[in-house]
Parts: sequence; structure tokens; C-alpha cells
Amino acid sequence: MPGAFWCIVEDDRNGSPKKVMAEVIGEAARLAPGRVEAVWLTDKASEAGLKQLGEWGAARVLLLENAAFAPYRSEVWVASAAELAGKESPRAILAPVTSRQREFVARLAARLGVGLAADSVGFALEGDKLVATRPVYAGKLLSKVTWAKAPWVATLRPNVFRPAESQPGKTASVERPTVTAAGALMKFVERREEVSTGLPELTEAETVISGGRGMKGPENYVILEDLGRVIGAAVGASRAAVDAGWRPHRFQIGQTGRTISPKLYLGFGVSGAIQHLAGMRTSKVIVAINKDPEAPIFKIADYGIVADLFEVVPELTKEFKKLLEK
Amino acid sequence: MKILVTIKQVPDTATQVKIAADGKTIDPTGITWIVSPYDEFAVEEALRIKEKRGQGEVVVVSLGPDRVKEALRSCLAMGCDRAIHLNDPAWAAADTLVTARALAAVIEQESAQLVLCGRQAIDDDMGAVTAQLAELLGWPCAYWIMEETIDADAKSVRAARQVEGGLEVFDLPLPAVLAAQKGLNEPRYPTLKGIMGAKKKEIKDLKASDLGGAVEPPQLSVVGLQALPPRPPGRIIQGDVPTAVKELVRSLREDAKAI
Repeated sequence: MPGAFWCIVEDDRNGSPKKVMAEVIGEAARLAPGRVEAVWLTDKASEAGLKQLGEWGAARVLLLENAAFAPYRSEVWVASAAELAGKESPRAILAPVTSRQREFVARLAARLGVGLAADSVGFALEGDKLVATRPVYAGKLLSKVTWAKAPWVATLRPNVFRPAESQPGKTASVERPTVTAAGALMKFVERREEVSTGLPELTEAETVISGGRGMKGPENYVILEDLGRVIGAAVGASRAAVDAGWRPHRFQIGQTGRTISPKLYLGFGVSGAIQHLAGMRTSKVIVAINKDPEAPIFKIADYGIVADLFEVVPELTKEFKKLLEK
Repeated sequence: MKILVTIKQVPDTATQVKIAADGKTIDPTGITWIVSPYDEFAVEEALRIKEKRGQGEVVVVSLGPDRVKEALRSCLAMGCDRAIHLNDPAWAAADTLVTARALAAVIEQESAQLVLCGRQAIDDDMGAVTAQLAELLGWPCAYWIMEETIDADAKSVRAARQVEGGLEVFDLPLPAVLAAQKGLNEPRYPTLKGIMGAKKKEIKDLKASDLGGAVEPPQLSVVGLQALPPRPPGRIIQGDVPTAVKELVRSLREDAKAI
């Protein structure tokens, strides 16, 4: 539908949209009530997944289902999505920040010859313009940007936007438009799964625990993982801990790692260097535990305890367990 | 093979940034400039490919004002063979697409077979230029790569890209564009010999007119920069550890409603 706000569906590669889509759809509905459309490129969508998109508030689902769309390759996705955009003339194209969406929408914006606001944390309609707010310079400043023409392409930082509430019984009209699937240039070789920690993914988690140099060694992260299991938190690390080889890079929070924005961040033995703050300062509630009362992280923490983390963590695990068992 | 590396000069992370009088840019006074860290991974990888193959050329390219020469010079000191500086006020308001168009024109002029970029520049964190280059050139592209191997005939590159939950490995026919992720390698420090040698290496200045003329207007523009809203003052919880922890858990539950 011309003027629609497209929400590009990020799925779990198993036929269901990821939870972060509730946030993208929720924000699109706030900006353009009644004009929210989910655009889903996948090899296989589940009925439950399609139903979920409707319950979150998508009026229409444009389902592009083709074996060629998995695994994701930008050249294949962009050709099909651009063809559909040409027919549909959406006003905006929104996607969550994930590894593939960051690439995909950037390439799509180039194909369509329009601007891209990546990793946005806020939107406002000003007259007939959309203005996006995005953190820049290690999160030290906020930049407000706007587009010269539509479609306005943007990615949204997870955990920042208020998710749409699921409304049971609300349905979307599901359409399967015909588009050409371009031949792939890239040939898939293999997928190597990470050893799962059984804990949530860092960028999606509502609660994140981070261990810094104060953890003293790789063997000590097990106490953070125990705490993580009790409160359902992801466990990350500071650059100091990653550079010391205690944790793989994929766990790094900060400017040269993952950007997170959880409801609750708990930093243990993290000093709070600027490059770390760049990756977590949009967290809603920040808790810092550090022996050093001068650690810069206390300046942005909502709650702090100046103490040895090795005393605090077991105590905290015990207290949370008590609380959550109630 | 000819490898082209795109870099961006950015303020050092620890540098204080202040908003300039125009309200849209930062005040350059007192800023320490560095090569964006992800771009250093790209430079290092290009040098390793050349060293491993025992032949080839590594060309480093950057778009920006005069100060960018310093960043190019440090890449030459690391071992890049020559540099190209896209230096024209016509690019002053460049967005990612304008930048990508200029870089794509250079890549075509140079007939590079492989382009390496950093995952994103740490000033505006847009992370778009790599994908946009691939689109403008019609090349395949792999984002956030953690490892790569060029095949013996230099016909394709096998690259492992980082995705949520693992790595995905692909063969990309060359020419291709790769975006370097941290973990790909450990960038070298320039040696004294490298620093001395860099002074004699070429940095070629190119204007927009050298790349086919008119610069299209940006599609995304900055309306204004603003300081972060201050966070409400925090609270250091006093008392011995068991007492402080109990109070923290209570506060998180009852006051902050965060758990």
C-alpha cells in the first residue's frame, strides 16, 4: 500500500519472527496507525509466526517465501525487496538492528537511492518529515537526522522502543506477492554454531550482566553465569576482559563490540571506560559493583555498591533466588 | 591482486567532543584523530593477503578534509603501498551513499579485485558504506567477517561472517567487498622503517571532477546534534555486603521495577 510503514521481519531462521519485531511494529504503529505492514523474506514462514505478526498489529503481511532467501545473502534479498518496494511505494522501511539487517537495509537504501539512519533510538514526525535520533561519537552525543525523500530507511536499536502488545484474535491479511528471486553470487559453505551458554543473546536480553577486569580470570565467569541463569540474563564482558583472552569477542560490550540497551545492566569489576559506556549507556537501569570507589562507571550508575565482586555475586544470586522463588 | 582498503579518520574514543557553533557538527579544536579501529583490521588483513600471496598491491583510500592525510600516512606506515585522498569541499556534507558513490568510482578506476572495509566507523556508527559499495558495484558482500581465505587462483574468497549464534561461511566470487569485524586479526604497529618509508609513498589527491564530476546531494542530513540528557543521580548503597545486596535487590524490585 503506498505510504505504508514497512517492518522488515527478523526471524529465528525457524519460521517465527523474533520478539524484537514487537518493538519495530509497535513504533511503526505509533508513527503510522493503520499503515503498518510486515515484509518477510524467508524460506519458510510458520502459521504461528504469521498469526503473531497480526496480533502485534501488522495490518498486512507481505510474505516473500522462497528457498533462495536462506541463508540470507544481501544480493538476493535486495533485488526482491527493491522490486516489491517499486510496486508498493512504502513511506518508511524499518528493521531491527541485527547483523544481517544492518547490511540488508544499507544495501537496499543504496538500491533505492535513499538515506539510511542506522541504530536509531527515537523517531518523530515533524510535518511531512521523519526525524530520527541516533547516538554518535561513542554515545557522547545524539544526532538528529532526516531524509531528503521517501522511503525513509532505518534500523532500530533493540530494547529501546516500546513493544506492541499482542492482541489475541487480531489478524493481518497475508499476501504472497510475486517477485523475481535473483541468482545468488555467494555460495553457502557451512554454518558453525557457537557453543550455547543456555543464556539469552546479548543484544536481545532484557537483563545483561557484564564482567570486567575485576573478574581476574576466565574461570570466574561461571559465577556470573550462575547469576544469569537465576535472573534470565545474558553475560557479557568488557574490552579489557576480551583483550585478555578471558571471553570470546562475541561477548564484548562496547564500541568495538555489541551495543546493548537492556532494562537492567549489572556491571561487575567494570571500570566504565568510554568505549564500554558507548555500548551500554542507553540501558535503563545501571548497577555497578566495583572495589574502586573512583571507577567512572559509578558516575552513570543508578545503584552502586563499593565492594569486592566475589563477595557480592554469590550474595546477590542467593537474594534473587529467594525473591524469584516467592 | 590489487586490494583496496577504505578507511575513515575519526575522533579518538577518549577525546572530548563539543558541538560546533552550527549545531550540526563537532568543534574540531583539540580533537585527537585516529584511524577508525575496525578499519585497522581491514588494513591489516589486506597486508596479510599480500604477504601470503607474495605479490599484489594494497591501496588505501579515504574521503575527508586535509587532516585525513595523517590517517592515510599511518596506513602507509603499516605497509600499504600507496594512498588516495578524496579531498573536495563538494563532499563536505557527504552521507553514506555519497561517500559510497565516490569510493565506488575510485574502485572502478583502480580495477581493484578485493575491497576491505571496517565494519563501521566509530564516529557516526552508521555501518553502511560496505553494503552500499557492494550494491553500487554489483558485487557480493560479506559483513562482520572473522576469517577469510583467498583461493590460489584469486578467483574467489571464502569468508566467515559473524551472525547471532555462530559463523556462516560463504564462497564469494571476486571481485567482492568484505567488512572486517574485531577478531579478524591483530593489527600491527608501524615500525620505524615503515614510518620513514611512508614519507616517500604517494598520496594522490582526487577531486570530485576526477571521478566523473557532479556530486549528488546527500539523502540523509543532520538536523542537529545535542548533548545526552543527564541521567538522574545514582545512589551508592552503603553497609556490609549482605545488607547492601538486600537493599539493592529491594530497590531493583520495588523502586526501579527492573526485575
